Amino acid sequence: MAVCLKTSRTALHYVRTRPGPAFTHLLNRTFFSCSSHHCNPRIISTNEYRVHSSFLGLGSRASQHSKALKVEDHDHSENEEWDFPGGKVPFTTKIKFTDDSSKDRIPCYRILDNCGQQIRSSTSEMISKELAVKLYSSMVTLQMLDTIFNEAQRQGRISFYLTSNGEEAINIASAAALSNDDVILPQYREHGVLLWRGFSLQEFANQLFGNRSDYGKGRQMPIHYGSNKLNYITVSSPLATQIPQAVGVAYSLKMEKRDACAVTYFGDGSSSEGDFHAGLNLAAVLEAPVIFFCRNNGWAISTPVTDQFRSDGIAAKGQAYGIPSIRVDGNDVLAVYDAVREAREMAIKEQRPVLIEALTYRVGHHSTSDDSTKYRAIEEIEQWKTARNPISRYRNWVESNGWWNEEQESELRGSIRKQLMNAIQVAEQIEKPLLADLFTDVYHEMPSNLQEQERSLTETMKKHPQDFPSGFAV
Amino acid sequence: MASIFQGIGAATAISSSTSFDSKKLIFSAPRFHLEKKGSFLVVRSDGKMSNGISGRAEKLVTNAVAAKADAPAASTTSKSGHELLLFEALREGLEEEMDRDPRVCVMGEDVGHYGGSYKVTKGLAPKFGDLRVLDTPIAENSFTGMGIGAAMTGLRPVIEGMNMGFLLLAFNQISNNCGMLHYTSGGQFTIPVVIRGPGGVGRQLGAEHSQRLESYFQSIPGIQMVACSTPYNAKGLMKAAIRSENPVILFEHVLLYNLKEKIPDEEYICNLEEAEMVRPGEHVTILTYSRMRYHVMQAAKTLVNKGYDPEVIDIRSLKPFDLHTIGNSVKKTHRVLIVEECMRTGGIGASLTAAINENFQDYLDAPIVCLSSQDVPTPYAGTLEEYTIVQPAQIVTAVEQLCQ
Repeated sequence: MAVCLKTSRTALHYVRTRPGPAFTHLLNRTFFSCSSHHCNPRIISTNEYRVHSSFLGLGSRASQHSKALKVEDHDHSENEEWDFPGGKVPFTTKIKFTDDSSKDRIPCYRILDNCGQQIRSSTSEMISKELAVKLYSSMVTLQMLDTIFNEAQRQGRISFYLTSNGEEAINIASAAALSNDDVILPQYREHGVLLWRGFSLQEFANQLFGNRSDYGKGRQMPIHYGSNKLNYITVSSPLATQIPQAVGVAYSLKMEKRDACAVTYFGDGSSSEGDFHAGLNLAAVLEAPVIFFCRNNGWAISTPVTDQFRSDGIAAKGQAYGIPSIRVDGNDVLAVYDAVREAREMAIKEQRPVLIEALTYRVGHHSTSDDSTKYRAIEEIEQWKTARNPISRYRNWVESNGWWNEEQESELRGSIRKQLMNAIQVAEQIEKPLLADLFTDVYHEMPSNLQEQERSLTETMKKHPQDFPSGFAV
Repeated sequence: MASIFQGIGAATAISSSTSFDSKKLIFSAPRFHLEKKGSFLVVRSDGKMSNGISGRAEKLVTNAVAAKADAPAASTTSKSGHELLLFEALREGLEEEMDRDPRVCVMGEDVGHYGGSYKVTKGLAPKFGDLRVLDTPIAENSFTGMGIGAAMTGLRPVIEGMNMGFLLLAFNQISNNCGMLHYTSGGQFTIPVVIRGPGGVGRQLGAEHSQRLESYFQSIPGIQMVACSTPYNAKGLMKAAIRSENPVILFEHVLLYNLKEKIPDEEYICNLEEAEMVRPGEHVTILTYSRMRYHVMQAAKTLVNKGYDPEVIDIRSLKPFDLHTIGNSVKKTHRVLIVEECMRTGGIGASLTAAINENFQDYLDAPIVCLSSQDVPTPYAGTLEEYTIVQPAQIVTAVEQLCQ
C-alpha cells in the first residue's frame, strides 16, 4: 500500500467502489486470511460513520458507510478538517496535551439537603405519599435485615454475610424507579433491589442457610441470591462479569423491542476490571438499552478510591465511551429515584446505554470476613453512619410531610424484627438439599459420567456413614 | 448416554414463523413454546438408531462410514446430495438453524458484512440483519459475557472466536459464568450458547495462533466440547450444538476449512456425545479427532499395505468422551493408540488415557500409547512446526511397536 498521504491529495481518489465490508481496519488482524483485495486501501467517507439508525432495522450498514469521497476535498484553502476514519476533526497548530482530568469535577445531583429538607431549586416531581412511605419502610426493613443476618453470622448460625449499610437509598430508590420487566444483574450488595421486588424475608433466609427451599439449591455462598421470576440474575462472585452480560441482556431486549431495559450494578472497585471497559464500549457501539449503575462507596475492601483510579470518579469515564452519564448523591432517596427514572426512559426510548455514578459510603465492613477499622478511621465510619445516614435523612423529609411518626417507626421495627427472627428459625430447621442436587443442573440432563460419580459417592456414604455429616439425606 | 440423547431429541422443531410470544420469552418455563413440528434426523455413526429417539425420527439415513476402503469418511448413501467445503457446511448448518429459530444469533469480530475471517458467516448479515449477525468490538471477554447474558434471557447465541486462542481472554466468562450459572442459580437460568472458532496448528501462524484450547477448557464443569473434522459432521455438530440446552464449545481446525465432501440434502444432526467409526478393524484401536484424523488415515493406508488392520475412531466428543464406542473397540482389539494435536501435558489424550485405563484396564494387552505434540510453543519456521505435529510415519511406527 504505497500511498503517501502527506504529498498527494490525489491519492485519496483511490477508492474501491464495490459494496463490501464497511470500514478499514488499520491494524489488519486477519492477516492469515488476507487475499489480494484486502490489501488494497479502501478509503471511505466517514460522514456516515455515526449513523445510529443502522442498528434498528435489517438495513445494510455497509452501503451507508462505503461512499466515495466528495469532490470538495480538492479545495486546498480549507485546511481545518479532514475525514479521518471516525469522523472529521478540527486541526490545531498548538501543541497541547489535555489535562489529566477536568478542573471542575462533574457536579453531583441532589434534591434533599443534608438534613433532609427539599432544596427549593430542585426540579423534581413530588412522589406520592404511598410511594414515599413504602420507600421508607423498605429501607428500614433492609437495614434491619442486614443487622440481624449479620448478627446471625457472628453467632455462627450462617457462614458468611455482607451488608448494604449506608447504601439503603441506592438499593431501594433505584429499584423503585424500575419496572418489574427490567432485568437486574447485580454485583452482590444490592439485595435491597430484590427486597423491593418482592423477595420475602423467608426466601432470603433460605438462601443464607442453603437449605432445601433455597432456589439456588444450596450451591452458592450466602448473599448470592437469584430469582428468575423477579428478573434478578443470580449473583456471581467474580467482579464485573455481569457488566458485559448486561449488554447481552439489553441486546436480547432490543431484538424483541421490549419496553424494558437491563440494569447492572457494580462498585467503584469493579470499574477497574477489564469487563467494565469492554462492556461499556460494547453497549455504546451496540446502542443497547442498559443502565450501568456504579455504587461508588469509596472503598474496595481496604483499597480507597484514590488507589483505584485517578479519573474524576466513574461518571467521567462514560464520556470516553460515548455514554451519557450522571453523578448523583447516593444517600438522597429522591435524587436516586429521579435519576434512575430518567435514565430508564432514556435507555428505552432512545435505545442507548446510560451510566449513573451514585456517591455514597460503605458504612459496614466489606463482609463478615473483614474488619474495616483496621484500615480506616472509626470517626469517619461514625460520621457516615449517623450524621450522613440516608435513612434518617429521608425520614426527616417523610416526617416533615406528615407521613410518618415515631409510633409507626417502633411498630414497623418491632414487626420486622419478629419476622426476621422467625424466618431464621424456620430456615435453620429446613433440611439441607439432597445429595442428588450435587450433580443435577451441571448439564441440562445428567450425563453418564456424573451418574457414575453419584453412584460411587452414594455407595461410599452407605459404607462409611460415620464419616459423613449426620442427617445428610441421600 | 441415553439420557443426554433424549435431551437432544427433545429439542423438537419450533414453529418457523418469525413472530413469537415475547411475554413467554423471558423467564418462563419452558423457555420457549415448543411445537412438535416437522421431522429431523439423528444419525448415529454406526448406523444404529438409539432407543431414545426411535419414536420421533421419521426417517433415518444410515451412515455408511463402515467401508473398509481407506477413503475419508463417506457420510451418506443417498444418491442425491450436494458437495461443499467444510466452512460452507458450517454455514449451511448455521443458516438452517437461524431460519428455523429466530432466537439464534451470531456475534463475534468481523462476522457481519465481512463474513467472518474464514467465511463461515458469509452472506448471513445481509440475510438476517446487523443485529442478528453482530459485529463486535475487539473484546472477547465482553462479547462472550454478552452472549451469556443474552442466552439467560432467551436468545441462542453462537459466539465466534476469530481464533480459538483469543478465547483465553474470555476464560473467566466461560469458566465462571457459562459453565456455572446454570448450576449456581439452581437451574433457574440456562445458557444455551455455542462457542466456536478455528484452532489447532495451521501453516506458520505462530505460537499464539496455534493454540489447542480443548486442553485448557476440558476441566470446566458444565460445558460440552465437540470437534468437527468433515463437512458432514461439521454441519451436523453445528446444528446439534445450537439445539442443545447446554453451553457447547465447537472446535474447528484452521486447516480443514477447505475439505470437500458430499453431504445429504435432507436435514440431519449429529449426536454431540458420540464418536464416529471411521474405519473398523481388528488389530488396534486408534483414537483421534480433528485434523489428526487425516494423518491417521494416511498412516492407515501404509499399515494396511503392511498387513495391519487398524480400527480408526474419530472421538468427536471431547467432553464427555464416548466411552461406549471406545470401550467396545478396546474390548475387541485390546490395544489403544491415541493420536492428538494437543501437547503431551494435560491434553485431551492425557485425559483419555486415564479414562480408558480406569474403565478398561482388564481389556488392554499393552499400555496405551499416546502420540501428542511436544510441550513447546509452536514455532513459526515451517520445518520446525512440522516436527511438533504427529506425522503419519510416527503413527505407523507406533502401531508396529504396539502390535509386536
